[in-house]
Amino acid sequence: MSLAAIDWNSLFGSVFVFDNYGELLSLLRNSVWAGAVLGLVGGLVGTFVMMRDLAFSVHGIAELSFAGAAAALLIGADVVTGSLVGSVLAALIMGFMGLRAREGNSFVGVLMPFGLGLGILFLSLYEGRSSNKFSLLTGQIVSVSSLQLTSMIVLSVVVLATLLVVWRPLTFASTDPLVAQAKGLPMRSLAIVFMVVLGISVAMSVQIVGALLVLALLITPAAAAMNLTSSPARTVVLSVVFAELAMVGGILLALGGNVPISPYVTTISFAVWLVSRCVRAVRERSSSYRRTTTPRSTTPLGAGGAVQNRTRTAAGSTLSEAGSGPSRSPSP
Amino acid sequence: MNAPEPAPEVTTRSGADDAVVRLRDARLAFGDRTLWSGLDLDVAPGEYLAVLGSNGTGKTSFLRVLLGLLPLTSGTVRVNGTRPRAAAARVGYVPQQRGFPARTPLRARDLVAQGVDGHHWGIRLHPRRVHRTVDELLERVGATDYADAPVGVLSGGEQQRLRVAQALAADPTLVLCDEALLSLDLHHQHVVSELVHEQRERSGCAVVFVTHDVNPIIEHVDRILYLANGSFRIGTPDQVLRSDVFSELYGTRIEVLRSNGRILVAGRPDSSHHTDSPEELIP
Repeated sequence: MSLAAIDWNSLFGSVFVFDNYGELLSLLRNSVWAGAVLGLVGGLVGTFVMMRDLAFSVHGIAELSFAGAAAALLIGADVVTGSLVGSVLAALIMGFMGLRAREGNSFVGVLMPFGLGLGILFLSLYEGRSSNKFSLLTGQIVSVSSLQLTSMIVLSVVVLATLLVVWRPLTFASTDPLVAQAKGLPMRSLAIVFMVVLGISVAMSVQIVGALLVLALLITPAAAAMNLTSSPARTVVLSVVFAELAMVGGILLALGGNVPISPYVTTISFAVWLVSRCVRAVRERSSSYRRTTTPRSTTPLGAGGAVQNRTRTAAGSTLSEAGSGPSRSPSP
Repeated sequence: MNAPEPAPEVTTRSGADDAVVRLRDARLAFGDRTLWSGLDLDVAPGEYLAVLGSNGTGKTSFLRVLLGLLPLTSGTVRVNGTRPRAAAARVGYVPQQRGFPARTPLRARDLVAQGVDGHHWGIRLHPRRVHRTVDELLERVGATDYADAPVGVLSGGEQQRLRVAQALAADPTLVLCDEALLSLDLHHQHVVSELVHEQRERSGCAVVFVTHDVNPIIEHVDRILYLANGSFRIGTPDQVLRSDVFSELYGTRIEVLRSNGRILVAGRPDSSHHTDSPEELIP
């Protein structure tokens, strides 16, 4: 028996604990429900985050949500309220300041370290239990109170109802902003509304998976879904399924142990993404639809368009034949 | 005063009452720079107006005024007899081809579907009805074969076909094209240009086509609005695309040559191409 083997066993033993699992499950039912609610919200909001290319903003909002929660902890206020105030405020500021992606990103980059710094300041002033401090950043060891669960359900109803109302215009504005604007959609209001929705979702996620790992819930499932399909409806369904898998699966695995939920959630989430990426790679190799190797958006003055279209034009084929040819574009 | 000759009321095809676009004494200025002023223009149903001019003359701004995204500095603009903003539902817009990020979760048919009901609130309650409408629109522009392909993998020409279908989804009285042929090869310029023309013939909508190069559309154009140096000319291609008109507009000797049906301009001070970035239209 080597020492390493013993260490390995004890490590495994503390990561996967299933003693008295049934009892624990009934005791910690709240956490599982919270995970399910969060998975639904995360999967839905995540697809819009991906469409709007807001991954960085999500991270920034999470840091300010952390600052808000830390401030609440310090002054003895409700932590959930604190993180909610922090993240909605951050989301609103970002919504008003940086509607363009490029400006927005630098603005988030400015705001994020400030939020994190504030949070660390508040935490170092706080003299309560240190596990409280840690859980804000990296997620908690399973314990969701009924009150917490209720507030999460209320918040997710708000998020879901809002998303349902703005669903089509928000999708339009997110995927095709120029035409959506020409159609008369209120781009600015839609952006602000979505930022508020995002702020609420981030605050909810921070409760469970921690400020540093929010992206695993709000980005990874949607990104995995987009690897597998380009149908909007299927993207949403898959994203929710993946988020549920990560959240509920992660919580079920974490119940018995004394490790926080977040590593389980992030690992499942990443594994799903990895599989989806492999599936995409395999599909593209034996693809029935064409691939292009050059991004066409940035090519000025017809040069790019001419190159992309040349294969088809040169072959003398019309556009209507385009769908049938497997990978006619130049190989990478 | 840059009053066009002849007066626009005379040149419109039908009575002025049903004009799709009506501008009266319209002036657009940024700060103390006037792009154009004293612009009176009626665009009749079914009319094809090309808006030409070099960079910075307010071509795209003209389009943005018609879309209601930019207010006139003075004067009035009416689209379908109402404010441009209120008319937006019946206006089709074909933007410059720009491509989509590779992972955009839209198929060709979804892009067109957004033209059908993307501006409505709530979620789609009648997916089958929308599906049928989209199928018809795809058929009309000959895009049926790649209906289910992701937009990110389509060529520029294919995307512009979808854009035309998307614009037609509104059953428009007015189709606005913003450099819709830019970055397409000659073959696809022709294909898309024909498509716009066909749809005009079929539905009787008016077309306002902003472009830096009139040649791909010249055979369809009824009238031209030429913007230059803060002034403008309105008239048929033969009235506007002339050496004396251009020389007067630019205040220098300019030759407009016709060669094999194509229009060539020699000596224009600024003939660089128009490539605005997507950010320009977003506030």
